[in-house]
Amino acid sequence: MSQKMTRRRLLLGGAATAAVVLVKSSFGKMVQTGIPEAAIDPTKQVGPLPGVLGTRSPFEHPQRKPSLTSSQTPLQDLYGMITPSDLHFERHHAGVPAIDPNSYELMIHGMVDRPTVFSLADLKRFPSVSRICFIECSGNFRKPDKENVTPQDICGLTSQSEWTGVMLSTLFREVGINPKATWFLAEGSDAAVMTRSIPVSKGWEDAMIVYAQNGEAIRPQQGYPARLLLPGWEGNTSVKWIRRIELSDGPFMTREETSKYTEPVKDGKIRQFSFTMDARSIITYPAYPAQLQKGWVEIRGLAWSGRGKVQKVEISTDAGKTWNAARLQEPVLDKAHTYFRYLWQWNGDTAAIMSRAIDETGYVQPVLQELIAARGIGTGYHLNPVTAWLIKRDGQVVYSPEKWK
Amino acid sequence: MPFWACVAGTLMIACERRNTAMPEHFGYGRPATEKEIAAKAIAIHPDGKGLPAGSGTVQDGALIYAAKCAACHGATGVEGPYNILVAPDTIDAPPFDQAPKRVKAIGNYWPYATTIFDYVRRAMPFNAPGSLSDNEVYSITAWLLHANKLIDANAVINAKTLPAVVMPARKYYVTDNRKGGEGPYE
Ligand code: HEC
Repeated sequence: MSQKMTRRRLLLGGAATAAVVLVKSSFGKMVQTGIPEAAIDPTKQVGPLPGVLGTRSPFEHPQRKPSLTSSQTPLQDLYGMITPSDLHFERHHAGVPAIDPNSYELMIHGMVDRPTVFSLADLKRFPSVSRICFIECSGNFRKPDKENVTPQDICGLTSQSEWTGVMLSTLFREVGINPKATWFLAEGSDAAVMTRSIPVSKGWEDAMIVYAQNGEAIRPQQGYPARLLLPGWEGNTSVKWIRRIELSDGPFMTREETSKYTEPVKDGKIRQFSFTMDARSIITYPAYPAQLQKGWVEIRGLAWSGRGKVQKVEISTDAGKTWNAARLQEPVLDKAHTYFRYLWQWNGDTAAIMSRAIDETGYVQPVLQELIAARGIGTGYHLNPVTAWLIKRDGQVVYSPEKWK
Repeated sequence: MPFWACVAGTLMIACERRNTAMPEHFGYGRPATEKEIAAKAIAIHPDGKGLPAGSGTVQDGALIYAAKCAACHGATGVEGPYNILVAPDTIDAPPFDQAPKRVKAIGNYWPYATTIFDYVRRAMPFNAPGSLSDNEVYSITAWLLHANKLIDANAVINAKTLPAVVMPARKYYVTDNRKGGEGPYE
């Protein structure tokens, strides 16, 4: 720690922490290096002057929760439909590659008229499109056997951004797709050279090659400098750091669509190419580790569906006996996280609260027992059960563990 | 159609078609040369298309596996610490939907043998991806197939024999056909 910082602290009588940061430049001007954590009286002291990058308030500490293979979004710390880019979940198979945007290339070849290589600058010259949609990992389900788990622990592998780029259909027309091509391979340039086979129909429908996230260049963890975006489909198919698209007349049967991202279902079957993410919702407040007080509570959370818009979110405050419609925050977008709210009066008794999403196909988010009854206990990916939170008499809100059988 | 409708992604095509100023082709990008396509198109099709020349044996594979893979996947492919690679199919095994703890590996879960070559060549060994020669990958593939009781100890694996290996799990694979709407939730 610098001498100046120490002196500054002394000047403030020890009330300020290490984040205090007005330092004198060589011209004797005060310059910003951060934001004071606890000025004694903010009206009696000039704050930091404008700086080159914004910062979070030192009072706020939202953090992803990393494991060796993924990091989860802190859903319980967020208030809206957009995930701040630095809190977007991560799942990758061999770390985050460092890619020089000046040497980046995307090659489209195979069953096309004109095999073509596009630079990043080429991609940016095409007519661009922005859309807001979620990306969710199809492994976004944990089965905790304890009470102290947060929304982040249970389903933090979903995040939402505004994505900007070029429609894949624009690139398809540019290279001329052979009408006999039915699938394409999407290949990343990470150390796993990760690949997935995608039906060409999705490419024409709403797939994009995106290079921007929430208004700025995509973050390396989300695929810098460019990724595939398949709205509503399991996150793994939106191949990051995309370097190659090969048009073909069948799927390639890559490891990520056989050994992984397939799920055992009834009668010993193994289900493959389960691309679409089913409707789901989660109450993010009140949820562990919130502490409630008697009286009015606004229940809040997120709902989404890979099959279209969320049509309705229903809330139960009596362990699933009765359900009432929550208010949906506009805009309600196609294949997008939708924020919901429901006003409720907590009388201090033990209560179990839960939400369920209903999408525009009429699909109603199931409970875990319904999923297991339909698929068996050996299933894995694409689990989207209703999540219940238990409110104890002392106002403690905890997860309510469910039996896996 | 108002401009904002174009922003909604799915309607983009309709907008593009209506907009007479939109050219058939933009002419951006450069033609890919055959040479660079050949160098980069490493994906193997399940019918074997894309497999390179060369071949490998179980014996050679055993040596390479011990040197370059065993530290992470175990001496015989079942010890870990990382993914278990060996789990032969057995007739009396419970179906996967009833057996959450049953190990899923090449012998009992992978539907195509070509996937082994494709995946190992692009992603393994984890600490040195892309470092194996095609013959080494063929040999390791042979060893993995043999360890999973799918080929004989003296089998040779190459572009012709690999796609012909019968994978017991193939018959269990079904393609998702769910469309949302009302349950059941299979
Ligand atoms: C440094 C540790 C390490 C070494 C060495 C290593 N692997 Fe792996 N291997 C891994 C990890 C970690 C994964 C899982 C990667 C993932 O899930 O994306 C894996 C996955 C695999 C898989 C896929 C397993 C499945 O069920 O999907 C195969 C096959 C494989 N390795 C083969 C090999 C072979 C062959 C070698 C030697 C040439 C090798 N590995 C060397 C760490 C290692």
